[in-house]
Amino acid sequence: MLPIIFIIPIVQLLILSYAVTFEIKSIRLSITDNDNTVASRRLAGHFRSSPFYNIVGESADQRDGAEMLHNGSAHQMIVLLPGFEKALAKGQPAHVQIVTDAINGSAAALMNAYTLQIIGDYNREILAEVSPQAGMPVKLTWSYWFNPQLDYKTYMVPGILVLLVTIIGMFLSGMNVVREKELGTIEQINVTPIRKHQFIAGKLIPFWIIALFELAIGLLVARLVFSIPILGNIFLIFVVASVYLFVVMGIGLFISTLTNTQQQSMFISWFVLVIFILMSGLFTPAESMPQWAQNLNIINPIAYFISIIRMIMLKGSGIHDIMIPLIILAGYGSAVLSLSVWRYRKTI
Amino acid sequence: MSDISVYGEGLVKNYGKTEALRGISFLVNKGEIFGFIGPDGAGKTTLFRILTTLLLPDAGHATVEGFHVVKDFRHLRTILGYMPGRFSLYQDLTVEENLKFFAGIFKADISENYYLIKDIYDQIAPFAKRRAGKLSGGMKQKLALSCALIHKPEVLILDEPTTGVDAVSRREFWEMLIRLKNQGITILVATPYMDEAILCDRVALMQHGNIMASGTPDQIIASYPHRLFSIKSDQTLELLSLIRQMTGIHSAEMFGGNIHVSASNALTGIKEIEDFLRSHDFRHFELEEISPGIEDCFIDFMKMNQAS
Repeated sequence: MLPIIFIIPIVQLLILSYAVTFEIKSIRLSITDNDNTVASRRLAGHFRSSPFYNIVGESADQRDGAEMLHNGSAHQMIVLLPGFEKALAKGQPAHVQIVTDAINGSAAALMNAYTLQIIGDYNREILAEVSPQAGMPVKLTWSYWFNPQLDYKTYMVPGILVLLVTIIGMFLSGMNVVREKELGTIEQINVTPIRKHQFIAGKLIPFWIIALFELAIGLLVARLVFSIPILGNIFLIFVVASVYLFVVMGIGLFISTLTNTQQQSMFISWFVLVIFILMSGLFTPAESMPQWAQNLNIINPIAYFISIIRMIMLKGSGIHDIMIPLIILAGYGSAVLSLSVWRYRKTI
Repeated sequence: MSDISVYGEGLVKNYGKTEALRGISFLVNKGEIFGFIGPDGAGKTTLFRILTTLLLPDAGHATVEGFHVVKDFRHLRTILGYMPGRFSLYQDLTVEENLKFFAGIFKADISENYYLIKDIYDQIAPFAKRRAGKLSGGMKQKLALSCALIHKPEVLILDEPTTGVDAVSRREFWEMLIRLKNQGITILVATPYMDEAILCDRVALMQHGNIMASGTPDQIIASYPHRLFSIKSDQTLELLSLIRQMTGIHSAEMFGGNIHVSASNALTGIKEIEDFLRSHDFRHFELEEISPGIEDCFIDFMKMNQAS
């Protein structure tokens, strides 16, 4: 068991961090050029030269493109209608049709955004040729703070570290108590003079240490393998993690006091964990959730910890910036732990 | 009162609609081995869980060494030694670690109380570094007993300690219990084995959450109201259905390869049974009058209970 506890998180960190990405690297595109002029071929050339696109089909018949979308060999098709060049020359709007496979909604939105950007570039080129002195009325420049390259790893890795710590805290400690119930060892323990809080402390401390140890390994991997910046104080991360662990362990222990088998405990823990993870803002921004769901995050410890750890690692936030969520976590932790000590019964 | 170690009165416990204990009362004197004898489901484990403060009774009350099992549970846990029916030590700790762990919880000094467990622990000491889960059944049981004794309990409560243990280990185990009794420890033991009843100072026969009878094994046997005969034959089943048709017979039960027949009145004797069998062309059998054992008594009480 001991090697497993240590190997699995590292593997998880390596796999998830490399695999889970919001970038779309090769959009399979089908082009239907019904105009077949210099202007239309130039637009197609823009897609061809983009590293994000992989042209999988070119045909004069848009049914071919539609067929490829249907059988999944293309993600997206663009259709240039006859008269494209003529319309441009006359200064009239020229029409381009974009059809996107939206089975995966977020991917479809991203692909659409890329495509619109390429067509936008093309538009600007045309404008510059037609009236060189016109230019754009508003010139945009932007910069992304705290993650200048918008590197998804910088964004994901701290979140995955949170997940590791959470799973260890919530599962191992809670499961351990239920296991004693299943094996019957708890019956022997309950007849001894050991006090409830002593027993619970005995269940918490080892996993608390293991989880912090794993966080250390995770941070090391994040720094060495992914070169994730750690701008803030590492010690502060551990302080937050220590407090946070009491919350998740408390939840795990509380579940274990309500259940009698590892199966029941596993089921409830997963149920709670999946909801917390999906709502935490790890994979999707919490800001885009409906208001009531954002309000629910008040009781979501993972949401607190993810936002705190990103603030410390990427923004270099200090203790003052994270004071409020940290106090909330501390209060949360003592509430849940007291609840599970109270709920734990030495009788059956 | 000072001679009483364990006292229970009107103990009731229900699990939903199942009545596990239906108002049990009993007395255990200090320094005796008291056996609760009964089949699975008789309520022995429920009773022991109440006495060990693990379970709250629905009605009635009980005291152990003068301490109430509900109100004084904290003190009771320091003076009880409990061995649950299922092996309940940590399988992934070694023999030695388990002993140290339980001594630690009770804040007991192993060397100070070692004399209590010496006879028992010496037998498993060669395997001190072995994990408890890897021990054989008999050794697990010795370890469990050692751990239950290491804090020098005043009362030892053993729930089916010999279930699933071979005959030799069972005998050894009872020898250990008798030695512990001589140290002044009161021992409550639950067992489904009728032959172990004889080894107890006093017993209570349990069935369906009731105590049907209690007393010394001799008293219980002496209270058996019938003449009893044992018949041996190689056609046991035919014999059994035949003999049950005889008048003047109270009951006929299989006992291993034999049939125990109890007479419903003093008039039925060897000769009457022999005549009956022969008149039904049954010739090959050995018939003798015997004195009853605890099991005969148990079955008799059981039938009386069912009848009423």
